[in-house]
Amino acid sequence: MKILVCISHVPDTTSKINFVDNNTKFDTTGVQFIIGPYDDYALARAIELKESHQASVTVINVGAAETEPTIRKALAIGADDAIRINSDPSDSYFVAYQIAEQAKSGTYDLILMGRESIDFNGGVVHSLVGEMMGWPSLSPVMKLELDGTKAKLEREIEGGKEQIEVSLPFVAGCQEPIAEWKIPNMRGIMSARTKPLKVVEPATVEKSTVLKKYDLPAAKSAVKMVSADNVSELVTLLKTEAKVL
Amino acid sequence: MSALVFIETSEGKARKSSLEAIAYGNALGGGVTAVVLGVCDKPELESLGKYGAKKIIHVSDARLNAGVIQAYASVLAQVMQQENCETLIMANSSLATPVAARVSIKTGASLLSNVTQLPEGNVFKRSIYSGKAFANVELKNQKRIITLKKNAAESKETGGTAEIVTFNANLSDSDFAARIISSEKATGEVLLPEASIVVSGGRGMKGPEHWGMLEELAKTLHAATGCSKPVSDMGWRPHHEHVGQTGVKVAPQLYIAIGISGAIQHLAGVNSSKCIVVINKDADCPFFKAADYGIIGDAFDVVPKLTAALKASK
Repeated sequence: MKILVCISHVPDTTSKINFVDNNTKFDTTGVQFIIGPYDDYALARAIELKESHQASVTVINVGAAETEPTIRKALAIGADDAIRINSDPSDSYFVAYQIAEQAKSGTYDLILMGRESIDFNGGVVHSLVGEMMGWPSLSPVMKLELDGTKAKLEREIEGGKEQIEVSLPFVAGCQEPIAEWKIPNMRGIMSARTKPLKVVEPATVEKSTVLKKYDLPAAKSAVKMVSADNVSELVTLLKTEAKVL
Repeated sequence: MSALVFIETSEGKARKSSLEAIAYGNALGGGVTAVVLGVCDKPELESLGKYGAKKIIHVSDARLNAGVIQAYASVLAQVMQQENCETLIMANSSLATPVAARVSIKTGASLLSNVTQLPEGNVFKRSIYSGKAFANVELKNQKRIITLKKNAAESKETGGTAEIVTFNANLSDSDFAARIISSEKATGEVLLPEASIVVSGGRGMKGPEHWGMLEELAKTLHAATGCSKPVSDMGWRPHHEHVGQTGVKVAPQLYIAIGISGAIQHLAGVNSSKCIVVINKDADCPFFKAADYGIIGDAFDVVPKLTAALKASK
């Protein structure tokens, strides 16, 4: 069984967000990059399936050379090999196209990724890849159990969840609590250095969107404190000042 | 040319976010054709006219009563083609966003999710970095599919009427390859992503047995209840109530955080709220910095007082 795990290379959740070059580029100064937290769940579940179902796990990332430490971390966590599509991941259609092109030549049984990347928050790449492959796609998936070529999934919906049965192959966008995040151990880190990381030039495809510029939200005004002994003042403020009641 | 708006229903009623999508479609000019999938009562279909749809396309196939992603995508692509629609609009949801993506491939449309306001020309603003920034994006293809973040437009009752037509979709077995076996869904409650007001509790609530006072406050405000990640991790509350970076991202008019310290991962789920109230006994809790109003005090003291004050002010 072969699993393809798609990982994004994103700023740590605590990063300060700033832009440079006339608000057209993300400012990476002092920013630490990580495996997308949702992708990390997908990877953790893939590694569990590797152990329980003798699967092999390939990670794929669409990104420039600076994403390689993030890819190496995924290898240290337990993936067997990796593919980097040497390109800028700025358009979800473009990213999905690159992943699908690789997947088509790789005889994978299952494609896992996070429900969304935490930088662009698109939440669509799993479904784009699913449609491009002609496979079912499910997201956000909270549980994934395999039984032969069949899988049982739990998908979150607004106000609840649903149980789904689907046959391999399919694509799943994952979220907690599908698995616990895995921390690489020393052996994993050592072996990751020599695991294969193939760099592939992107397939030619037109992007379907063009980024014009970024904006930051307007600065928030200072908090107004209300005494715990005068709660009715808060009610008045919410009605007359904030006008939200 | 009219925009097509996908209406998502919940307990047989159009979701508020779908009504916002109708308003958004109308603001683009050219009118709105609404599309409803699955069995739906005639009065509910007609009510969409009041919110500004001039035509309703009803695909009344019982297999579509459950939200099957692939089948929904096939139907919407067919409707888009038949109606010769260039714009498809829907509200972000666990169903709509994946469906939008699949339709974009079937129709060759540019796709943009998480859109927060009306476009300037063909440049749309979308929320990125979990609400910490925006991207202004131009859509290149003539056909376009956009999914909206909550509050991208305000739903309005225009009092109009709509023509209702039925549509027979061409569905194959492969559209139902992923089978929904069962679903559990809270009924009669305000859905968290849809709510105008959210009351959320954190570790400061000390245990699930104390949620009654939050529910009482929520009931008084017709609010949904949410929680922080530790609360959902410890199993005090179900995961679908977890608000934050890796949970539900909300954008209500009013977010009331009780006993939540305001870790950056939590703020990522609430920073699109119009007004934030923080109640915490720790004066140094970081959440106060992100709040509009704050009360330093013990939740067990402040919350019942707030509920009483709200009831008294009605």
